Amino acid sequence: MKPADRMKIPRQHMPEQEPQTRAHNFREVNLGMATEAARTEAQRCLRCKGAKCVAGCPVGVDIAGFVEAVAEGDLPRAADILYAANVLPGITGRVCPQETQCEQVCVRAGKGSPVAVGYLERFVADWAREHRRELFTPLPPTGKRVAIVGSGPAGLTCAGELAKLGHGVTVFEALHRPGGVLVYGIPEFRLPKRIVDEEVQKLREMGVKIECNVVIGQTYTIHELMNDEGFDAVFIANGAGLPVFQGIPGEHLKGVYSANEYLTRVNLMGAWKGDETPTPVVKSTRVVVVGGGNTAMDAVRTARRLGAEPATLVYRRSRQEMPARVEEVKHAEEEDVVFEMLVNPIEILGGQDGWVSGVRCIRQELGEPDASGRRRPVPIAGSEFELPCEVFIEAIGTRANPLLTQTTPELKLNKWGNIEVDKSRMTSMRGVFAGGDIVRGGATVILAMGDGKTAAAGIHSYLTHAQG
Amino acid sequence: MFPIFEAQWLAPKVRKLVVHAPRVASHHKPGHFVIVRCEDNGERIPLTIADSDAKAGTITLVVQIVGATTERLCSLCTGETLLDVAGPLGKPTEIETFGHVVLVGGGVGTAVIYPQAGALKAMGNRLTAVIGGRSKPYVILEKELAAICDAVHPCTDDGSYGFHGFVTGKLESLIREAAPPIDMVLTAGPVPMMRAVAEVTRERGIRTIASLNPIMVDGTGMCGGCRVTVGGKQRFACVDGPEFDAHQVDFRELTDRLTAYRDQERAVWERYRLDPQHVCRLEAAEKELQTRGDE
Repeated sequence: MKPADRMKIPRQHMPEQEPQTRAHNFREVNLGMATEAARTEAQRCLRCKGAKCVAGCPVGVDIAGFVEAVAEGDLPRAADILYAANVLPGITGRVCPQETQCEQVCVRAGKGSPVAVGYLERFVADWAREHRRELFTPLPPTGKRVAIVGSGPAGLTCAGELAKLGHGVTVFEALHRPGGVLVYGIPEFRLPKRIVDEEVQKLREMGVKIECNVVIGQTYTIHELMNDEGFDAVFIANGAGLPVFQGIPGEHLKGVYSANEYLTRVNLMGAWKGDETPTPVVKSTRVVVVGGGNTAMDAVRTARRLGAEPATLVYRRSRQEMPARVEEVKHAEEEDVVFEMLVNPIEILGGQDGWVSGVRCIRQELGEPDASGRRRPVPIAGSEFELPCEVFIEAIGTRANPLLTQTTPELKLNKWGNIEVDKSRMTSMRGVFAGGDIVRGGATVILAMGDGKTAAAGIHSYLTHAQG
Repeated sequence: MFPIFEAQWLAPKVRKLVVHAPRVASHHKPGHFVIVRCEDNGERIPLTIADSDAKAGTITLVVQIVGATTERLCSLCTGETLLDVAGPLGKPTEIETFGHVVLVGGGVGTAVIYPQAGALKAMGNRLTAVIGGRSKPYVILEKELAAICDAVHPCTDDGSYGFHGFVTGKLESLIREAAPPIDMVLTAGPVPMMRAVAEVTRERGIRTIASLNPIMVDGTGMCGGCRVTVGGKQRFACVDGPEFDAHQVDFRELTDRLTAYRDQERAVWERYRLDPQHVCRLEAAEKELQTRGDE
C-alpha cells in the first residue's frame, strides 16, 4: 500500500458502551476493536523514518514494528514485539495518556489524527491473552534474589523484566490483592480487574513470587530484606501513598473522602457490587469532586455510576490545564458529569448531624503563568457560591508515604519526602533501587513502568557486575 | 492463610484468637495493630495485637462482636484460618521509664493495654491497672494483668465485681490517694471512656495517651479515612498513631465520624444473619461459651 493510500484511511473508532447505559454500570467503557478495524487502523501508519512514536514511549516499545505486524495480520509477531518491551500492554493500552506520548509525536498527528497506537496496543494484548500465547522464556536462573516492594505498575514491570533475565523475584504487597493502584485506584469500567489478575498470573507463571499482606517498613525493614532474608537487591515501588487534603474547614465531616478512600472502597473492596460485599461507601444523589487529574475523573465517574445526579467536577484552572487523559474528560462529559471550571472550594458545609450539606466555592480567572508554566488561577472577589452535595471528594494529589522511609533513615529523600535516585534508579543505599510515585510524586502508570524497566536494567547490571 | 491455633471466649461476645502469623509476631511491639480479613470479599478491619509469641510465631487478637465481620471472626474456631493478616501496623507505644503509670482499659480496650503493661514493667515502671466492664463477665485479662502490675482494680458499671462505677471514678480516687503520684496514664477503650479519662487527667496535668480506633480501610496511610484532629492538626491514626496525646484529641469529632456507616453496617449485619451456615457456626461457638460458664 502506498503512503497516499494509507493517508486516505480515516482513524478507526473504538467501539464503546452508549454513554447513557454505561453511566449506570461498571462494565468497561471501551469495548475493544474488531480484528478488521485494527488491521485497517494499523495500515494508517506511514512507516516514517525515525519513528518518533518509539521515542515518545516511556518504555521504548517498538511501536512502528508491532503496528506493521498488525497491518500484515501477523498477530503473533505483533505480540512478541510488544511484550519484548512492555510486560503489561493490556494495562497500558487502556490507561496510558497516548495523546501526550506516542500519538502526540506521530507524523499523522499534524495532519488530522494520529495512528491509534493505544487502541492497537490494547488489541494485540487482548489477542495475546485470549490465545494464551507463551510470551517469555526466562533465561536460566542466576541464583540472585531481588525483593520488590509494591505490586503496582512499577513493581510488576520490574518483576517481569528481572524474571526474564533469570533472577529470583519476590514481590511484597501491603494490601490483600496484587496490583497496587491498578486495583485500588483505577475503576473497573476503565481497567477491568480481570485484566490485572491475568497479567499478574502471567508473571507468576514466569516464576515471580507475590506475597500479599507484607508491609515493608513494618513487617520487614529494608535492612532485614538485605541482611536476614537473603535478597541481593531491592526495588522500592510502594507508591505515593498519603492523600493530600486541601486544608479547608469541614474536612472532618462525614461524607468527605479522599479520592483514594472513595476509590479503594469501591474498587478494591468491591462496594460497587452493592450487597455482595460488606464494605460500605456513601451513595448519594449529589457528589462534588475537586481535582483535574485522572484520579478526579475516576472518582466523579464512579460517583455517577453509583447514582450521583449531578456528579460535579470542580477544578481550579480551566479545561485546557486539566492533567487528565483527553479520553477520560470526553467520556466524563458524555456521561453527564457537570464541569465547573475555574472554581475552587473554600469551605465544606455541614449540618448539625455531622454530614456534608454542600461546598462553598469561589470563581477564579487565569492570571500570570506560575512555576509550572500554567497560568495561575486568581480568585474573583465576591464570586462565592454554594454547591449543595452529600458527598465531597478531594482528588488533589498525594504525598510521599513515610511508612518505609521512616524506618530506613539511610535513604536520601528530597524535601517532599520522595526517594532520591540516580540514572539507574539506585538510591543512596547500595543495591537498593526505587521508582514510580515514591520517587516522582504523583505521576502516571507508564512513567512508573518506565522506572520499573530502567531499575530492572540497573539491578541486573548491579547483580552481574558491581556486586562482585 | 493464617491458621488459628486457639480460639476461646474471654467474655460474652468477646473472643480471643491466637493466630499463626510469624512475620507479624517477630516484629510486634506494644501499640501495633493488624488489618484482618476473614474471607474473600470480606471487610478489612483493624485489630490491636494483644500479645505475641515470636518463638511460636503467633499473635493474639481479642475481638468483640459489633457487626457482621466481627461476628464472623468470632464464629471461627481452632484449626480454621484467617485469609489475610497484614502488619504490624501503626507506631509502637512510647515505652520508657516514666515512674508510676496507670493503665486504664475498658472492655476489649484492656487487650490494648496488656502488652503495654509488659513492656512498661520491663522498663521498671510502677504499674496500676484500672480495667472496666459492664458487669463481671465483661472484665477481661485481670489475672494476666495481675501477674505484671503492682495493682489491678477491676470496675463494673453494675457493681457486680470490684469497684462499683466507671473506670474514671476509680481513676479519680487513685489520683487523690496515689503514693507515689501518677506520672502518666495510658488508656484504651470506648471513645466516651477515653474522653472522660482525658477530662479527669487534664486538670491535674497528668500526661495521658489514648489509643484511637477510627474507621480504617487500608491501614497504611493510603486512604486517609482514619483522619483525626489532634491539637488542631489533621493526623492519620494508621501511620501517625494510633496513640495520641489524649488532651489534644478531638473526641467529639471522632465519636461522630465513627457513626458514618451505622445504617449500612446494620443492614449488612442483618443480611448476614440470614445466612443459615453462619447462624449455625455462631451457635456452635456460643454453646462453647455456655459450657465454659457452667464450669
